[in-house]
Amino acid sequence: MNMNDTLISEPLEPQEMSTPVNRPVEDAGAQSAKVEEGKTVGKPFADDPKFKLRNVEVFYGQERAIKNVSLDIGRNEVIAFIGPSGCGKSTFLRCLNRMNDSIDICRVKGQLMLDDEDIYHSKKDVVELRARVGMVFQKPNPFPKSIYDNVAYGPRIHGLANRKSELDDIVEDSLRKAGLWNEAKDRLHSIATGMSGGQQQRLCIARAIAVSPEVVLMDEPCSALDPIATAKVEELISELSESYTIIIVTHSMQQAARVSSRTAYFHLGHLVEVNETSKVFTSPEHELTESYITGRFG
Amino acid sequence: MIDPKKQAEIVHKSLKKRYRKEKRFRAYGILAITIALASLIVLFADIINKGHTGFLKTTITLDVEMNAETMYLEDPTDPDAVRMADFVEPLIQSLSEILPEATEEDRGKLRGLINPYASSQLRDELVANPDWMGTTQTITFLAHSNVDVYNKHKGNEAYSIKLSEEQQQYVDKLRDKGVIETSFNDVFFTSGDSRDPARAGVLGAIVGSLLVMFVTLVLSFPIGVAAAIYLEEFAPRNRITDFIEVNINNLAAVPSIIFGLLGLAVFINLFGMPRSVPFVGGLVLTLMTLPTIIISSRAAIKSVPPSIREAAEGVGASKMQVVLHHVLPLAMPGMLTGSIIGMAQALGETAPLLLIGMVAFIVEIPEGFFDAATVLPVQVFLWAGSPELAFIERASAAIMVLLAFLLSMNALAIWLRKRLERRW
Repeated sequence: MNMNDTLISEPLEPQEMSTPVNRPVEDAGAQSAKVEEGKTVGKPFADDPKFKLRNVEVFYGQERAIKNVSLDIGRNEVIAFIGPSGCGKSTFLRCLNRMNDSIDICRVKGQLMLDDEDIYHSKKDVVELRARVGMVFQKPNPFPKSIYDNVAYGPRIHGLANRKSELDDIVEDSLRKAGLWNEAKDRLHSIATGMSGGQQQRLCIARAIAVSPEVVLMDEPCSALDPIATAKVEELISELSESYTIIIVTHSMQQAARVSSRTAYFHLGHLVEVNETSKVFTSPEHELTESYITGRFG
Repeated sequence: MIDPKKQAEIVHKSLKKRYRKEKRFRAYGILAITIALASLIVLFADIINKGHTGFLKTTITLDVEMNAETMYLEDPTDPDAVRMADFVEPLIQSLSEILPEATEEDRGKLRGLINPYASSQLRDELVANPDWMGTTQTITFLAHSNVDVYNKHKGNEAYSIKLSEEQQQYVDKLRDKGVIETSFNDVFFTSGDSRDPARAGVLGAIVGSLLVMFVTLVLSFPIGVAAAIYLEEFAPRNRITDFIEVNINNLAAVPSIIFGLLGLAVFINLFGMPRSVPFVGGLVLTLMTLPTIIISSRAAIKSVPPSIREAAEGVGASKMQVVLHHVLPLAMPGMLTGSIIGMAQALGETAPLLLIGMVAFIVEIPEGFFDAATVLPVQVFLWAGSPELAFIERASAAIMVLLAFLLSMNALAIWLRKRLERRW
């Protein structure tokens, strides 16, 4: 793979190229396992991908958090990013709608294409990108406004509804899709922060899909929820997968197994293995993946 | 490792000491609060004790006979001649009818009981009602300020030194007859400053303070909030913004009189603005208040949880929309509190205003931003420096008015914060 061909931002500096690519894993159980930079085991590429990501590198100041990751994300697929804490899966996810922009020291290199448009092109508008690529965060973060205003906020700022009735329809539709309509229809104008954690997270999903994005990024959406609320959100993800591309970061391997069709395993900034979920969990090809899913570390 | 049995023993032994420490710490706290409260109570008690009489006035009600002869008036039908008539004489005559023991030589003492401005009050009323000529009218006049303090502090030697013994007896007698009465001091709230304490009021200073505060608020709040938003949300982190930040923090610590010198040098000498006017006072206090507002507004913006920003960015809000729709409404209560506290500070500020000439003796109530004016704290300063006893109690009364303003501003800050917070 020729790295310099695909780089759109400034090319890598020589000393960065020469950083040791093979790092021993700290954990004793996987001490012998090595990962080679840029070499991803499994099937990282697809024919007609939604996202085409090549040689992606992310730096926090001098520290390289994502190391030469190349990956395709297919249309209307649910892909799960798994890996131990600090492996860079959230950082990678946040590159996909440029949420890292607000971090001053964060730099992204490589080629990140959404439907053949360069996400990080200097002329690319980040507002437009985020309208197409929605996001749900780890902690439910509804605005301290009414349930209705929360869902209606996105459509309002993007001017998606011309009339009040259209906006009402969008709100109802989004809440129905998020499975929250029956619980929320009688209290649309009460404050959103008064709901339970699970309801708040589903409201955040409703808020994200209200702007009709093509992709929904989910950063550990269930980590702050109890098992019942988690089950509801997972059910919701399965339903949403019919119409949206969903990328979910999760710490729960069971969750990845339940909701995703493909799974990507990250390790210390490297993308170690990508494959169909069933394959990753039943017959992982890489030693590190196996160690992780069998619970030897992480 | 320590043996668990021994550990329990050690912990048990140390408990007593720990609790003693806690108790001592609590005692220090209670002591500090008690001292603070006691000082506050002493301060308030002293001010109220000295100043409450400032809210009372002493009046003399006389039956005045408008006799052309006693007023040395030759032609009572000529309005110009009426203006020139003697208006002191009818007052003295009226008094001497009530006090028959006063002889011809005591007329000067009688005159000393009535306010020096009573004669001009009588003249104005007579000019307004020409048909009063030749009749007897019951009119209420202000008493002389010496009578005022003597009357309000009965039995206190310190307050009677300005009156002779006879005069004191006269006052006692007049009070017994109901001629001298004490009532609520409306003059204090309806007039400007005066050389005569009995006629001096705080209205001019209150209006001056309101005008100055208005200019300060209109300028400092938008500028301060805009500066805070820019520095916190948009400014790049570099040497220039670091330099600005350090300087804002330094400005907050600059003595206020320096801002007065700056105002004198820049606004008055360089720009040629008039002295003693509320507009320039407002500009100077704006400079002084800005750092406070900027610092508190930045703190308020910083305390907005980042999750709300992320949520808004996540659905595609632009930077400006994030700030206007989410950050600003959430930061507003904190910004308002900081601004009102800054304004309250500015309301109590004297030093910078002295330098731009707002310390002048001004009788008229200011009507605009470019009329000569003074403010409440400067009025207190002027009266407190006056040797007359009657001014001292008015200074204390003016302090109470100033404190009432400050307390109501702080109450407003709390109310606004509560109200805005409830919306979310």
